[in-house]
Amino acid sequence: MNFFKLKKNILNSLTHIILIAVSLTCLFPVFWMISSSLKKQSEIFTNMSLLPETWQFVNYKDAFLTADFGMYFLNSVIYTVVGVAAIVLITSMAAYGFARLDFWGKNILFYLLISTLLIPIPGAFVPLYLLLKSLHLLDTRTGLLLCYISGGIAFGLFLLKSFFEELPKEIEEAALIDGCSRFGIYWRIALPLAKPAIATLVIIQCLNIWNEFLLALVVLQDTSKMPIQRGLMVFQGTHMTDYPLLMAGLTIATIPIVIIYLFMQKHIVKGIAAGAIKG
Amino acid sequence: MMKATSKEKTFNMVFILPALILFLVFNLYPLLRTFQLSFYQWNGIDKDMIFVGFAQYKHIIFNNPAYWKSMLNAGYITLLCLTLQNGLALLLALLVNRQIRGENIYRVIFFLPPVLSGIVVGLIWKFIYDGNFGILNNWLVSLGFTSFSDFAWLSEIKTALSSVAVVHMWKGFGYGFIILLAGLQTIPTELYEAAEVDGADKWQQFINTTVPSLIPVFTMVTILTILGAMQIFDLIYSMTQGGPAGHTDVPITKIYQYMNNGEFGYSTAMAVIFGLVLLIVSMIQLYASKKINK
Repeated sequence: MNFFKLKKNILNSLTHIILIAVSLTCLFPVFWMISSSLKKQSEIFTNMSLLPETWQFVNYKDAFLTADFGMYFLNSVIYTVVGVAAIVLITSMAAYGFARLDFWGKNILFYLLISTLLIPIPGAFVPLYLLLKSLHLLDTRTGLLLCYISGGIAFGLFLLKSFFEELPKEIEEAALIDGCSRFGIYWRIALPLAKPAIATLVIIQCLNIWNEFLLALVVLQDTSKMPIQRGLMVFQGTHMTDYPLLMAGLTIATIPIVIIYLFMQKHIVKGIAAGAIKG
Repeated sequence: MMKATSKEKTFNMVFILPALILFLVFNLYPLLRTFQLSFYQWNGIDKDMIFVGFAQYKHIIFNNPAYWKSMLNAGYITLLCLTLQNGLALLLALLVNRQIRGENIYRVIFFLPPVLSGIVVGLIWKFIYDGNFGILNNWLVSLGFTSFSDFAWLSEIKTALSSVAVVHMWKGFGYGFIILLAGLQTIPTELYEAAEVDGADKWQQFINTTVPSLIPVFTMVTILTILGAMQIFDLIYSMTQGGPAGHTDVPITKIYQYMNNGEFGYSTAMAVIFGLVLLIVSMIQLYASKKINK
């Protein structure tokens, strides 16, 4: 082995040592959450072994049924599915309009609609609270969903408009001559072609809505309507030291996100890149 | 495409109508309402709103040190993120970009914390930091630091803010890492080959090729880091709720507290000031990077 090869090997090993150390730091808290969720409460207070003495899968049953995490989970599923579907439908229609159709004030309207990407509006939850109150939508699922949907419009428009613009126009023109309506072209031709961009939008918005907390805190009072992030805080507030159940709840709140993440990580990275360009 | 008639131009609006209505009602109206409310004293219930002009702004600026303390707290977290977190993100991106084995595994692992929710991360770390049952103290004690046996990281004035900042950085570095790595991978290899032909060593290549190509990406990461750290909320709410005694309060927790006390006008004035601060910081950053690029 010559000198350069040796130097390269040492450098490579050093690189991996650093990267593995950082990886362990990333993974340990997640591992600790799962491990603690399978322990007995007495074990939390007495020893800190990495793995549970006996695996208490019953904690998950308790978390789902007696600690209401089943209900919170279902609420989160509803908010995420309905919210993301609405965002995809509304923004893809609008993006198609901006990319392909002619109407009054087109450019101004487009920049107006995506302006929220560029200008930070902290504390928008205060006027949103008042708005929902005057619409009698405070503490309702509809109210929270409307906030989520409107919050996803700017990013969706930004992502999909440029995608529609890059699609070849010829197919659409042929369909138009064949007597297909504008809406028919959007629905049957453009939308199916936009699948890759829509996948990115779906995943980013799933993460956003599933993980959202502040609006859920401001809008909802009734526990039966709360999404899981809010439910976790409610549980934590009343059962301070029931760590195994709390950690089971955290795990339940994390599993769907991790599954989506692992299967769709390419799309997420693409979405981050697209979203980052906006700055 | 064919030129649209004015009738078609009207009909075409139908495509953007749902998005436009939602935007006007849930984005634009709240924004304008924020400005309007900031000039009124109002508890959100009474019919009458009392017009007070800039009085609330004046009060916040000159008589509300707790608000500026919250701004400083967020600024402290932001400063740590800009240096430590982004430094780490850049180092890792450079290491992973050396065409090493397992690149994708590292990428997946580093981006795991950013996809977790703020509440989940906050509650896990609150448990890790716990004075009596937290594993951090357990490890410190077994390493011989027995004085930490019941040290409450999140309720001690000296450590609370830094402890929260560490968690924010743990959650955030993967985000910068992903963007910086993507940026590194768009630098054409020809640039490095040309530099090598010119006899530049690795360090010179880094300074003369990598750094200039990366400046736009780095500016973006910097702005995203600032906006993210300044507007921190979920982690604070789940770990300390602003305590001990306001030592981890940040602007958003302040705005939330005032709103919760029914001071709607005052809280919107706080929001406007905070929004302007964020806007100015982003502008300065953009301006500076353009200067450097020239």
